[in-house]
Amino acid sequence: MERTTIDLWVGIFVALGVAALLGLAMKVGNLTTSNLGATYTVTANFENIGGLKPRAPVKSAGVVVGRVSDIKFDPATFEAVVSLNIDKRDAFPVDTFANIYTAGLLGEQYIGLDAGGDEAKLKNGDRITHTQDAIVLEKMISQFLYSKASESKDDASATSTPSKSTKKADDALGANPLDDLTKPASQ
Amino acid sequence: MIVRSRLRIFRTIGHRFTSRIWRLGAATRLFWLTLISSGESFRRLHLTIREVYFTGVMSLIIIVVSAFFVGMVLALQGYNTLQRYGSSDAIGVLVALALVRELGPVITALLFAGRAGTAITAEIGLMKATEQLSAMEMMAVSPIARVIAPRFWAGVIAMPILATLFSMVGILGGYLVAVPLIGVDAGAFWSQMQANVDWRLDIVNGVIKSLVFGVACTMIALFEGYDAPPTAEGVSRATTRTVVTSSLTVLILDFVLTSFMINV
Repeated sequence: MERTTIDLWVGIFVALGVAALLGLAMKVGNLTTSNLGATYTVTANFENIGGLKPRAPVKSAGVVVGRVSDIKFDPATFEAVVSLNIDKRDAFPVDTFANIYTAGLLGEQYIGLDAGGDEAKLKNGDRITHTQDAIVLEKMISQFLYSKASESKDDASATSTPSKSTKKADDALGANPLDDLTKPASQ
Repeated sequence: MIVRSRLRIFRTIGHRFTSRIWRLGAATRLFWLTLISSGESFRRLHLTIREVYFTGVMSLIIIVVSAFFVGMVLALQGYNTLQRYGSSDAIGVLVALALVRELGPVITALLFAGRAGTAITAEIGLMKATEQLSAMEMMAVSPIARVIAPRFWAGVIAMPILATLFSMVGILGGYLVAVPLIGVDAGAFWSQMQANVDWRLDIVNGVIKSLVFGVACTMIALFEGYDAPPTAEGVSRATTRTVVTSSLTVLILDFVLTSFMINV
């Protein structure tokens, strides 16, 4: 057996490979953190889920308690039916609120659960009735502009100077607080 | 005269095309023969282990060093772009996903084709040129079972190991640049990475990719060597073809595999 040195090197090589795979699994991947163990599934209906994707985290008080397992469209109610897998250890009251939030301004979307005060807990297959849709940025901007425009129109009809009213609308556009939000990002 | 020379162009094109098809068929037949006669390479494991040493262990240095620098440059470039959007904390995710999904398997396969594939082709081509393969056949030793199959399995074993090492070392290189050098928070670097890298969809898919690349690269190198004309020029041409064909095959296969793995 004169090949012992080669055997040794190949052994080291294979061990390094296994160590790298373990390192990827433990340190890089979410094999340990996303291991929720036993879960129960509840559904929630939303009119608009925005950019929510399957596997998005379900958080309560900022802590990940589950993941979105499935998103379907219900043709009867024209709503999105989102299935949530929640850790068995975290039981939520039946009047829990499910909101779709965005992590940061451009970040991924997740579901935030705000626990209610009911004694009865959600069980497997239950439906969360209190939901709040994702905030669609375009909708918000258009609502804001519309309200500003109608506001300035009221001003204009009160003072009845049309040239001033257009200037007011320009001011309203210029003073859009969303400008302040987007400015640091574009720098 | 003109008509004849035009016809010759068609004949050349046709000849090239049919010879490609012929070689593809021969390569597939060699692949099949390798698979059915690979029992011996596991029964006499030291043959395979010896080849793992030559293809895998000897490629360690080039893989580790290039992974380190690829990870470092990824972190630098990624930081430069991400900080414009105020999300430099996501640098860990960027480095890890880029390495685990794409760069790890692909660059490892390209380096493997250059480092180990050429060696395999030249070795087998020379064995054929010096009639060692014919000598084996005369001694009733199948050269496919004795020479080809151990090298094939060694390549298939070595490639995923090298690719995972590449990803891991690259991430360490990215960490070194991002955290001590640039000053990204170490906790954010690792926690964002762990939150966004999935075991099954990212890491296991990367390993599957590198396995497929291992089969493709090793098989191409083996076939080019086995098929090389038994002359000095023939072996040198076969070695060149190994690198070109392996690189193209890896990049094309990468697109095909990724389109299966990513659900758009």
